[in-house]
Amino acid sequence: MRIGVHRRYSGLMIRFLPFRSLLYILLAVVEMRGQTTLTIATVNNGDMIVMQKLSKEFQRENADIKLEWVVLEEKILRERTTTDAATHGAQFDVVTIGPLEAPIWGQRGWLTPLNDKLSAGYDLGDLLKPIRDGASYGGKLYALPFYAESSLTYYRKDLFQKAGLTMPAKPTYDDIARFAKALNDPAKGLYGICLRGKPGWGENMAYISTISNTFGGRWFDQNWTPQLDSPEWHVAVSFYVNLLQKYGPPGVSSNGFNESLTLFENGRCGMWIDATVAAGTLYDARQSKVAGTVGFAPAPIAVTPHGAQWLWFWALAVPSSSKNPAAALKFIEWATSKDYIRLVAQTNGWAAVPPGTRESTYREPEYLASAPFAQLTYSSIMAADPLHPTAKPVPYTGIQCIVIPAFPTIGDQVGQLIAAALVGNISVDRALKDAQAATQRVQRRSGFTN
Amino acid sequence: MRNNLLRKCTVTIAGWAVALLLFFPIFWMIVTSFKTEGDAIARIPHLFFSPTLENYRAVQERASYFHFAWNSVVVALGSTLLALVFAVPSAYAMAFVPTRRTRDTLLWMLSTKMMPSVGVLVPIYLIFRDLGLLDTKTGLLLINTLMNLPVAIWMLYTFFKEVPREILEAARMDGAGRFHELYNLLLPLSMPGIVSTGLLAIILSWNEAFWSLNLTAAKAAPLTAFIASFSSPEGLFYAKLSAASTLAITPILIFGWISQKQLVRGLTFGAVK
Amino acid sequence: MVDRLITYDPAVYEAIGRKTWRKRLATISLKMPSIAVLFVWSVIPLLMTLWFSFQRYNLMDPGRKGFDGLGNYRYLLSDPSLILSIWNTVLLVGAVLAITIGLGTLLAVLFDQEFFGRGIARVLALAPFFVMPTVNALVWKNMMMHPDNGFIAFLMRGIGLRPIDWFAVAPLASIVIIVSWQWLPFALLTLLTAIQSLDSERKEAARMDGAGSIAMFFHIIWPHLRQAVAAVTMIETIFFLGIFAEIYVTTSGGPGFASTNLSFLIYRYALLEYDVGAASAGGVVAIVLANVLALFLIRSFARNLDA
Repeated sequence: MRIGVHRRYSGLMIRFLPFRSLLYILLAVVEMRGQTTLTIATVNNGDMIVMQKLSKEFQRENADIKLEWVVLEEKILRERTTTDAATHGAQFDVVTIGPLEAPIWGQRGWLTPLNDKLSAGYDLGDLLKPIRDGASYGGKLYALPFYAESSLTYYRKDLFQKAGLTMPAKPTYDDIARFAKALNDPAKGLYGICLRGKPGWGENMAYISTISNTFGGRWFDQNWTPQLDSPEWHVAVSFYVNLLQKYGPPGVSSNGFNESLTLFENGRCGMWIDATVAAGTLYDARQSKVAGTVGFAPAPIAVTPHGAQWLWFWALAVPSSSKNPAAALKFIEWATSKDYIRLVAQTNGWAAVPPGTRESTYREPEYLASAPFAQLTYSSIMAADPLHPTAKPVPYTGIQCIVIPAFPTIGDQVGQLIAAALVGNISVDRALKDAQAATQRVQRRSGFTN
Repeated sequence: MRNNLLRKCTVTIAGWAVALLLFFPIFWMIVTSFKTEGDAIARIPHLFFSPTLENYRAVQERASYFHFAWNSVVVALGSTLLALVFAVPSAYAMAFVPTRRTRDTLLWMLSTKMMPSVGVLVPIYLIFRDLGLLDTKTGLLLINTLMNLPVAIWMLYTFFKEVPREILEAARMDGAGRFHELYNLLLPLSMPGIVSTGLLAIILSWNEAFWSLNLTAAKAAPLTAFIASFSSPEGLFYAKLSAASTLAITPILIFGWISQKQLVRGLTFGAVK
Repeated sequence: MVDRLITYDPAVYEAIGRKTWRKRLATISLKMPSIAVLFVWSVIPLLMTLWFSFQRYNLMDPGRKGFDGLGNYRYLLSDPSLILSIWNTVLLVGAVLAITIGLGTLLAVLFDQEFFGRGIARVLALAPFFVMPTVNALVWKNMMMHPDNGFIAFLMRGIGLRPIDWFAVAPLASIVIIVSWQWLPFALLTLLTAIQSLDSERKEAARMDGAGSIAMFFHIIWPHLRQAVAAVTMIETIFFLGIFAEIYVTTSGGPGFASTNLSFLIYRYALLEYDVGAASAGGVVAIVLANVLALFLIRSFARNLDA
């Protein structure tokens, strides 16, 4: 019974001590063995899952490095890695980030700069220039791109033929409106055009930014005044809302990338403007019902070609608080190297290699042969210039993903408002006015410049 | 006689309708876990399809289920035990030595639980970082204890108040008056209540989704993180998500079903007047 | 009388002897750690939240830290979605409470009756409570409520209706449905056991006296249930004030801010803007709101705690 009393007193300490001492002993043992453990945080997309599977190769070549994986959906991953990077929690040795995080975190010193640490055979110059720019800050590269994407127009060649339409080499939004009207046949479950409607800075706003850019709009002017209430934004968003309300699928405001992909590959859409990475899936007869008839064209243009297609990449970086930077660097080099691309080609075929990162991929004849969309992907990425995203001058970089820390919350709120307009809860005017007010509010709060 | 039969029929049908309706989403999820991804998103749900285990295989290949499940088990059981260890004396004190402030303390305790966890994320993260508790089962255990403590104390308080005073008084009069003997008497009497509190705490810990995601990485991640790795990727995922979800909820479903009698008994005890 | 279980009465001490002093010490020292730990554990997060709510601290801007006075509160109070999110919080709590307790009582009465396979039916009906809130929300979002390939859409098409886009047209209602579905078994179970603890003899006597079902319900069953209802209300309110996972997974607070509750608003500050100061201020406001609600509830169910 006396023991009972002791237990209550020291219950807390007893919980702590064994675990922590065990931990220290374990760490000591591990260090003696010379084995390092890398904790890798990544998104649960197909290409990353493949990387996880193929990492067995890496472990074979590097027996002293053990890999532990934290695979999460994008939203949660971003929150996790950002919190950790900002508080120097040292939870991750490798993080998967995009063009939003790389320059900002690099600027704040949360990532290890990579330029002078890469091994000789890496061939930095082989990386596509827009991607390299997007992952750097102040001339220093902070992340190695794993795969990249831009946007393009997918369309059904068979339906076009039946309706007597031809997709021009450089379609305009007027063309798109015309085609959508002609193809729309809701009675048969066929919708003229499918677009993202799901609210989110990386969902509907990714697309809406591009359509606003190409109509001549921009997020901020040179004085950092938000431009959401500008005539260009009005024209662009009204066009988007009308187009979808008339010729889009029902429930479009719940459709993000996944849902739209599902719709298109099941033959329910006449056209679809979205990420280039969808091409691989659409072209694969095992997954897509329209594999034989899908056509590809550049993303449509309205008034200006600037910013008509977006640029996004997933890249691997090493947080500066990591305890194993050397091993982490070895891993991210491996995962973004030419050898890795060749490894994927060997295991899953050339059409499945992570796209959009290296020039050498696009010179590989086998790749070009098995992926007819490759050339278009390449030209879309090369045409997307994050440093000059709009016709009018702007103080920010980023086409659909403005590189300021406050962008996720601004983008989310604006996305929510436009989705509400899409559903018909509010008018486009009201949505943009509220979007302007919300952006100004966040701006006043965080006082951002970059 | 006939009226009675009609009544019984209606009651049976109604009862089963309710049960099936409530269970249907879970049933549908389990069924989906055996479909191919293509079948899973069909507009006209396939009731007949060729079942496949490919989703379970894909899930297990990607993430070791047992690692996550073990973490969930350790954290749920450990935090419940710890919570009970602290809650029993506190509830005892409040039930049998009530002061003017007892009621206010109880209320205030409950109100602290009403604050959204997300508001205190960064402070806790910083504390855990400095204490080296990030990505440890210990840390997660402590947080879960903290979360469950108010509910545990409150429930135990209610149960202790239901203990028939006469028995305890009789023991005291017998010259017992000894604290530990009271404990030995009180605990068995209120065991159903303690058990049902423990069960509730286990369920709450198992399903706790916020801290278990934000305070863990690879080593201490429980099943909630397991789910987060299958929700909302690029590409088709319903079937795999269903498989992962089925794996995640099966242990606690079985546990809950087995222990529902205990849960019921404990709650009956508490509501007896 | 019973309050004197822990003896402060010197006569009793003298009667039992000096050993009791050690026991008394043991008694207090048994209580104190628990209460102290409880205090510390409850108070520290509160204090930190309070402290941070007066600091300017943005994770993305680590350079600009410092005392900010009421700046965070001003920012919070000037948020156009604050009033709406508080209102949504109240709506959510109220609606789910009403559904779970109302339906729960009806179903409890139903399951109290004997019928074929009642045990198994009860087991099935309890299942939703054991499911993780995230899994719950994912299942409803992807497999039940999806306007294209969801099961409900399938049923609606079968009757000839156009499927509804639940999360766009009725976001708050959809969240209410999801949470109610999860918590109905809890209310059902608690109320059912309360009913079953009712002396069956009294029920039989009433029935023999010619009482109809409705009269029996109001005069015999309901008074007995009141205490159980109070318990259920307390626990459920605690959890519904912090509904978060379901909103996060399904609507992300939208469209617009239609399904943003206070919890989700704080999330926006904490993990989208990384504004720890504003999030803490939001946390303080949430606690104030919770305390107001708790006071209101306690006043209504005061007799439960004093009994």
